[in-house]
Amino acid sequence: MAAPTGSLEAPPPLRERAGRGRGPAGRRADQRLSLLRSAALIAAKDLRIEARSRVATSQVLPFGGIVLLLAAFAIDPGRAALAGVAPGMFWTAVLLAAVLAAGRSAQLEVAGGTGDGLRLSWLDPGGVFLGKVAAIFVELLLLEAALLAVLIAVYGFRVSHPLLLLASAVSATAGISSVGVLYGAVAAALRTRETLLPLLALPVLTPEALGGTQAWTAVQQADPGDGLRWLQLLTLFACVLLSAGIAAYGALLEEE
Amino acid sequence: MTMNTARIRRAVLPATALLSLAVLGWLALVVAPPDAVQGDAQRLMYLHVPVAWLAYLAYGVTALASLLYLLPRTRRRRWDLLAGASAEVGVVFTALTILDGSLWARPVWGIWWTWDARLVTTAVLLFLYLGYLALRRVPGTFEGRARRSAVVALIAFADVPVVHLSVIWWRTLHQQPTVLNPEFDPQIHGVMALTLLWGVVAFTVLYAALLGQRYRLASAEAEQDERLLRLALELPAATPLRTEPEPVR
Repeated sequence: MAAPTGSLEAPPPLRERAGRGRGPAGRRADQRLSLLRSAALIAAKDLRIEARSRVATSQVLPFGGIVLLLAAFAIDPGRAALAGVAPGMFWTAVLLAAVLAAGRSAQLEVAGGTGDGLRLSWLDPGGVFLGKVAAIFVELLLLEAALLAVLIAVYGFRVSHPLLLLASAVSATAGISSVGVLYGAVAAALRTRETLLPLLALPVLTPEALGGTQAWTAVQQADPGDGLRWLQLLTLFACVLLSAGIAAYGALLEEE
Repeated sequence: MTMNTARIRRAVLPATALLSLAVLGWLALVVAPPDAVQGDAQRLMYLHVPVAWLAYLAYGVTALASLLYLLPRTRRRRWDLLAGASAEVGVVFTALTILDGSLWARPVWGIWWTWDARLVTTAVLLFLYLGYLALRRVPGTFEGRARRSAVVALIAFADVPVVHLSVIWWRTLHQQPTVLNPEFDPQIHGVMALTLLWGVVAFTVLYAALLGQRYRLASAEAEQDERLLRLALELPAATPLRTEPEPVR
């Protein structure tokens, strides 16, 4: 973890800091970094790691692309039929790729004892969660932009309502990233994480799969009426998941 | 309390469950009249409705126990064991709901499965809690496992209403109302209503009995782990190991 200087000197363990305002002698509780500051530090750290390691671009992105291509092979018929199933295939590919990205993101906090570093740091646990969500969110949006190009080229996907497309992608991706980070943290330290994470995360993401697909189906049509309703559902669900994650992430960071 | 009375007390609930299930069988198969439209297939309702209802109850108990475990003041290991035990019973009941619903749908609707909102939600529910049980089986420290599982159980529980809402929208916004009406005849016969009510009672007792058995087994497993740990550390039997999470001040 890239050390944010000036904020990591010998703090007490998380459990003692759980009660606000009751830090050990010589240390005021308000010296803990704020939610947003913690989030910004962690997001910048994760994105910097991604920019250097390029795992997202060299592995996750091609994976999403090949899922889209395989789905096209499986369905086979002409372009007319493909355009109809394009939104569903797109969100399936995004969900599968998101599970990979989430596993990778959680792994960053386990390898090399960084989890201990996080626990010892003055970062707000909710902020750590938000920061990791923000980083995956950015990665996934870039992935979606690339996959959208495939969708338009290979599946004959038409974009009649770009605003609805963008808004529903943002809402759905916020929800997917929240679930990914939360369940990534649940599974990260376990030996069977690769198989466990998809089983845990994908059923929870049913509303994202349905909502994203339906909203993007409306994007193709002249009248986007239903799409707005799905956008509302996606936004509501994203808010619920973000709040749940901020509340619960601290419990997952506690040491065993 | 001697060993024997303890054993007898433990047998009361399972015995009551078996007896009430036998009475249910008699009511459902002999006393209740066959349905005017569906014939004998409708008798599956006396199994299907109570089992589905108790699956929901089981997941409610899991969520409540998980919440109690996560709250620092009420954090006790028994809540975690209870949550796990209830989820196991819930998964069995959910699978049974889907299975007997399918068996009923084949003669009445002519198909095994349809993309009806309730069916889809129930299927997602099954996968949510299969994941939860898989997570519980991963080895690790008691506290770590309990905390992880509790978070997952609460998210799963909060997820269910949103899943249900989205599936309802999915089926009503883009699909003609299905010709297959999943409702049973609202003009329910008095004996039928009584049988259904008895079914709920019988399966509630069965749920309590299974929950009790599974909870005792889980406690025994936890104790055994501890005994082995003490043995491995060569500690005398009386040495307290930290079995309860430290209270948070």
